[in-house]
Amino acid sequence: MENQVYDGKIEYIQIIDENGNADPALFPKDLSDEKIVEMYKMMLFARALDAKAMSLQRQGRAVTYAPLLGEEATQIGSAMAMGEKDIFVPSFRQHGVFLARKVPLELMFIGWRGFEDGAKVPKSVNGTPVIVPVSTQVPHAAGIAFAQRYRNTGAAVVAYVGDGGTSEGDFYEALNFAGVWKLPFVLIIENNQWAISVPRSKQTAAGTLAQKAMAAGIGAVQVDGNDVVAVYQATKEAIAAKLPFVIECVTYRMSLHTTADDPTKYRNDAEVEAWKPKDPISRIRAYLTRKGLWNEDKEAQAAEEQAKEIDLAVEKAEQFKPDPRSIFEHIYSYMPDVLGEELDEAETAGWWQGGD
Amino acid sequence: MMVNMVSALNNALELIMKENENVVLLGEDIGRDGGVFRVTEGLIDKFGERRVLDTPLAESGIIGTSIGMALAGMHPIAEIQFAGFMYLGFSQMVNHASRYRARTRSTFSVPMIVRTPVSGGVRTLEHHSDSPEAYYSHIGGLIVVEPSNPYDAKGLLIKASRMNDPVVFLEPTKLYRLFKQEIPEEMYEVPIGKASILSEGNDLTVITYGTMVRIVQDVVKKKGLSADVIDLRTINPLDEKTIIESAKKTGRVAIVHEASLSFGAGAEIAARIAEKAIFELKAPIVRVGSPSLPYPFPGYENYYIPNDLKISKALDRLMSA
Repeated sequence: MENQVYDGKIEYIQIIDENGNADPALFPKDLSDEKIVEMYKMMLFARALDAKAMSLQRQGRAVTYAPLLGEEATQIGSAMAMGEKDIFVPSFRQHGVFLARKVPLELMFIGWRGFEDGAKVPKSVNGTPVIVPVSTQVPHAAGIAFAQRYRNTGAAVVAYVGDGGTSEGDFYEALNFAGVWKLPFVLIIENNQWAISVPRSKQTAAGTLAQKAMAAGIGAVQVDGNDVVAVYQATKEAIAAKLPFVIECVTYRMSLHTTADDPTKYRNDAEVEAWKPKDPISRIRAYLTRKGLWNEDKEAQAAEEQAKEIDLAVEKAEQFKPDPRSIFEHIYSYMPDVLGEELDEAETAGWWQGGD
Repeated sequence: MMVNMVSALNNALELIMKENENVVLLGEDIGRDGGVFRVTEGLIDKFGERRVLDTPLAESGIIGTSIGMALAGMHPIAEIQFAGFMYLGFSQMVNHASRYRARTRSTFSVPMIVRTPVSGGVRTLEHHSDSPEAYYSHIGGLIVVEPSNPYDAKGLLIKASRMNDPVVFLEPTKLYRLFKQEIPEEMYEVPIGKASILSEGNDLTVITYGTMVRIVQDVVKKKGLSADVIDLRTINPLDEKTIIESAKKTGRVAIVHEASLSFGAGAEIAARIAEKAIFELKAPIVRVGSPSLPYPFPGYENYYIPNDLKISKALDRLMSA
């Protein structure tokens, strides 16, 4: 006897193609022109912020930095699909999400200077800070989603993980928990094709990363991660469903993994060149321009405003004075004697002179 | 009420859940089965599946989701079935539970308890008898407690549930049902970070905790020694003050734990005494632990765990030096 007990299918969705043509059948009816302009401007902002952070790092004014270049649509589309009370749980490259969710810019720059003080993500923005160990944030997202349902807040959690992150145990465990508990949990797989130097093809034999959700009994879709409208729409629908869901955003890491590596060692230029026409920003610019919603003056004006805001944030961040006491003061809810003694010793011995 | 440690913990959990609606219990087999040691027995009937969760079999998932709940303002109490299985969640303990508060400069905190049975002596299978307190203490940022009797078990758990910190709560398997003790029915706290002086004497200090406490007490009594017997109760942060004061008073110190000797908690305690009281010592510090090797299969455990003979010889050495 042979019975088919499971049948799976993953859809791929693109709404605006690389030339800026919208698919009328798929285009969301309730998506306003204003919202698309807003998302476009936010993508420009994210790219400008990224360029600034890269430049500061190269000048020795920031520590190791993970650029987002090329991944603007995935980050901005998903972030702007969230409501204010929905909670974002990023990995380490989602600066665009922080930006769109109104994390104060100077905090980001303080973080890039290498201080925890930059990870003080205000409770009011409803998100968690940068998490470095790959995929370890995904179970947190499930736990946070559990708390939303437990308390009936109506909020959903949108978490982020990379293509490499889908190989980690925590990825599977979190999906499995979210499935069993039927949580309001949306996982964005930001598939930028490279996990440092290891390509997507060496990460898994699975045809898509989205299909990994199926084993956990969770719905999933693959979208063109360079199409901000497709990402936006998929995320919005998933949040509204209040159930666990996985969205694989197919995008490309146009730049480095971080400022500590050199991609010419492991990937060829032809591959990078092939992705350039698929740029997430140029297609929306073409779309908006054709509709008469955007022009060069507006572009210049947006760039100027954003540069001003970025410069102001950098200035504020560079004025930030670290307090070495703070590395002791935020370990426990109280200061244990043994730790207090180490703090007193460090202070009285004067070891901290010249620390900055 | 006259109870063993299992009942004391069960009673504490019930009171904690009544007190704080944000507390949920999660772990493997803790619902219908009441946990493999029955610590959560009956709680699912009292609080329902909403608050007593049988989780999938995944320790990193249990600890990782607990961290998420804590970040969102809940106070989860996770049970990891055995200490040896908790290593699967070690990354979450090291990378997040211990440092989320520091990472965010107290914008976030991780109020949670991870309970797990520790140590051996009850002929269980491999990986069911580890004594992992030093691992969790070395990280910094985690509170590590280990009660040695029903009274402390209840009071420490209640205290932990009222703290805004991640607490690793180690429960010696051997002591779960070994003896009963009269404890109050109502809520009470046993302080965290404070050792308990079980008996006072003038000739030596024995510092111990967990499974070794009763054995040490018996040996001291049998030998008729006048000893300060100190039960740490909290491994990290260490109650250094109590330790140093006693060491200075008696001048002779033995440290006894079931965990293997090398790099164990005893090394930390000995080092602190050496730094702060060495000139007041009359004899070298003596450490007693299991051999410096992984916990063997149950057939060999009686050759591994420190017994009364080993402790007795160590105290002879200390007193004759």
